[in-house]
Amino acid sequence: MSTSNLHMYVLAAPLLTAFFVNLLGRISRAWIAPLTLGSLGFASLTAICVLGKVLRHGSFSYTVGNWSPPYGIELLVDPLSALMLVVISVIALFASFSAIQSVNQELPGQEHLFFTLYLILIAGLMGLVLTADAFNLYVLLEITSITTYGLIAMGKGRAPLASFNYIIMGSIGACFYLLGVGYLYLMTGTLNMADISGILPAVEGTAAVATALAFILVGLWVKMAFFPLHGWLPNAYSLAPTGAGLLAAPLMTKVSIYLMVRVMFWVFSDDFLFLQHPQVSTLIVWAAAIAIVCASCMALAQRDLKRMLTYIIVAEVGYMVGGVWLANTTGLTGAVLHIVNDALMTLCLFLAVAAIVYKLGSGEFDKLQGIYRKMPVTMAAFTVGAFSMIGIPPTAGFFSKWYLIQGGIEAGHWQYVIALLFSSLVNAVLFFRIIEIGYFFKDGEHHGHEKCEEAPLLMQAPLLLSAVALIVIGLGSGPLVESVIKLALPAGF
Amino acid sequence: MEQLLALIIAKYNYWLYVILMMIGFYAMIGKRNLVKKLIGMNIFQTAIILLFVSAGVKHGAKIPILDKYAVLKDGVDVASVVNPLPHVLMLTAIVVSVSVTGVALAIMLRIYREYGTLEEDEILEKLGK
Amino acid sequence: MKLLQERTAKQTLGESLIIQTAVRLMVPFIQLFGLYVIVHGHYSPGGGFQGGVILGASFVALALAFDQQLCMRLMSERVNGVLGNLGALIFTGTALLCALFGGLFLDYSALDALIPLGPIEWRSFGIFIVEVGVGLAVMSIMVSLFWDLGSNGGMDEGL
Repeated sequence: MSTSNLHMYVLAAPLLTAFFVNLLGRISRAWIAPLTLGSLGFASLTAICVLGKVLRHGSFSYTVGNWSPPYGIELLVDPLSALMLVVISVIALFASFSAIQSVNQELPGQEHLFFTLYLILIAGLMGLVLTADAFNLYVLLEITSITTYGLIAMGKGRAPLASFNYIIMGSIGACFYLLGVGYLYLMTGTLNMADISGILPAVEGTAAVATALAFILVGLWVKMAFFPLHGWLPNAYSLAPTGAGLLAAPLMTKVSIYLMVRVMFWVFSDDFLFLQHPQVSTLIVWAAAIAIVCASCMALAQRDLKRMLTYIIVAEVGYMVGGVWLANTTGLTGAVLHIVNDALMTLCLFLAVAAIVYKLGSGEFDKLQGIYRKMPVTMAAFTVGAFSMIGIPPTAGFFSKWYLIQGGIEAGHWQYVIALLFSSLVNAVLFFRIIEIGYFFKDGEHHGHEKCEEAPLLMQAPLLLSAVALIVIGLGSGPLVESVIKLALPAGF
Repeated sequence: MEQLLALIIAKYNYWLYVILMMIGFYAMIGKRNLVKKLIGMNIFQTAIILLFVSAGVKHGAKIPILDKYAVLKDGVDVASVVNPLPHVLMLTAIVVSVSVTGVALAIMLRIYREYGTLEEDEILEKLGK
Repeated sequence: MKLLQERTAKQTLGESLIIQTAVRLMVPFIQLFGLYVIVHGHYSPGGGFQGGVILGASFVALALAFDQQLCMRLMSERVNGVLGNLGALIFTGTALLCALFGGLFLDYSALDALIPLGPIEWRSFGIFIVEVGVGLAVMSIMVSLFWDLGSNGGMDEGL
């Protein structure tokens, strides 16, 4: 066994296990949990090894089937994709502890189907961060989307309708991306990202390339639920089975943002993106600022914990898109750091919600009265996640927001800075409202006794770990930026 | 006018693709029936397939299936065969679109069983009650 | 075949004798052609996806001409699910095997270490293995899609 295949084992573990889960899960449910957790644990360890290897020896490219690029499909393992690989596998591992419990409760008898889709989704996400081929990226994007459609449709009530809506929107996004790739292919005659970026400067002035960029960006924005295109996300993620929301909410939008960064800086050049038409990037930062403000306001109107969090996700997408388009190092550092932090905070909050839903059946605000006394551990972790979302110093959310705000000031985009601060305030209002309901409001008449009713240990352990990780990453964000993210930024930044 | 006409005729494949794409896009956004939306999605994808496949066309070229020994001896005259790559890509895109259609149909089945209709307005009416 | 004859003799579903007889005659040839397309995929037009679709179509034709119950008796839902998984496993398993034997992913020449056929032979043979896996998976997916959609998810009589 050579170590050059290390990152492929990360991807192969969940993919192979998916089919074993389907086969053996038909025979006995007992197989599902050990297989899923084992493969994801293996993937996480291997992904950390890959990150270590890349940081020590530098990035390398990998050809599937030994067909040399640009003819074969190339995978690129650089610090950025290795970092994303670690984020995906670790978060998937944490989420699946809790998902196993909640799927047992919500979808009895369908566990093997659920976890087959779940694991293929994880493998698809890992493939997305590794690939260096524009068309391959489209295929993997659709693999992740199709599995998500299936997972969401497994929910009850209106979930199939939400899933159908997502199919229509997601297909528009994917088709736009494919169109953009088609234009690039017409102009350059190749699909390999490195190859395209080598040929593009010769044809950069043409309208076709600008159209290609526009199509690709709009396609990815639909997939990441950037504000005016976000319509599908709140329904889809709040109506999905809790286990599916646990995985999709922290990862899908963040991976789409990673893809935007990848396409912007590894296919197109900074010069083309920012310098030739500076008004475009200004426009997008404005759009991001509006997105943040509008999504935060819509979050205020929600009366359900899950739905409120989904609108916060939409607002966070605005943070990161804006950060990337600020066109300076600080903004981009903040955006990449925020991908990691936001994935972790969303995970932490959704794990807490999963525990609450497991015990109470839903996350409506009215039901949360006195919850701090009933589920103290869950709510303690929830509070840490909430503080991180708001951006209170020792937690991770503060540091990435700090970078983003600094980047906004450097670039002179004050509207973005104001939107960020406004959104932090709104987040504070949102979460303190829940803390108020949960901590100070008296219990309803139905619950006379105030005794502890915690979720099972398997749901609490990942929740606590993610809350601790938020603080650890917050305290260690200096070294993280210095030793990983600085290396992960595109050349020239 | 004549210039415009010449432009349309010279690039008629692109015009066709744009028209098809707009039909599909309109159906996806504007129609209120879920089946029509799905058909619109398929038209949209067909339009993209047309764009890619028409990019591989060469005048007077043959299909890219060659005799192994002849190629080893003489090499390939690139002008005599169409570009196979767009076709291969579109084969994959067709597979993707088939799977999306399959998932969408299955989900539609569930919607129909739940609400007894596939008209969006009627479903929303039932939800409102 | 005996089963089909019984069904036809009983005329339980006598929709059209011509269609049923034609399908009865055609199905073996359709399946043979599907196998041909899969097996020849690695050096002529064809391949796992196309062959799998043809194989799946043969079962769809059976379900259309007779009824879904009969189709599902010839290949049960369980077998179908196992075949689909097996196909996907063959594909990913081959890829992983290549990596375990010291090559890159899907670099079939590495399998030479397993059975010495020569790296060039293996490059051709490896694609064949993968095509078989793809064919199985596609056939299973096509059939189960038709079953599910055709019977409104109930897996009963069908269309």
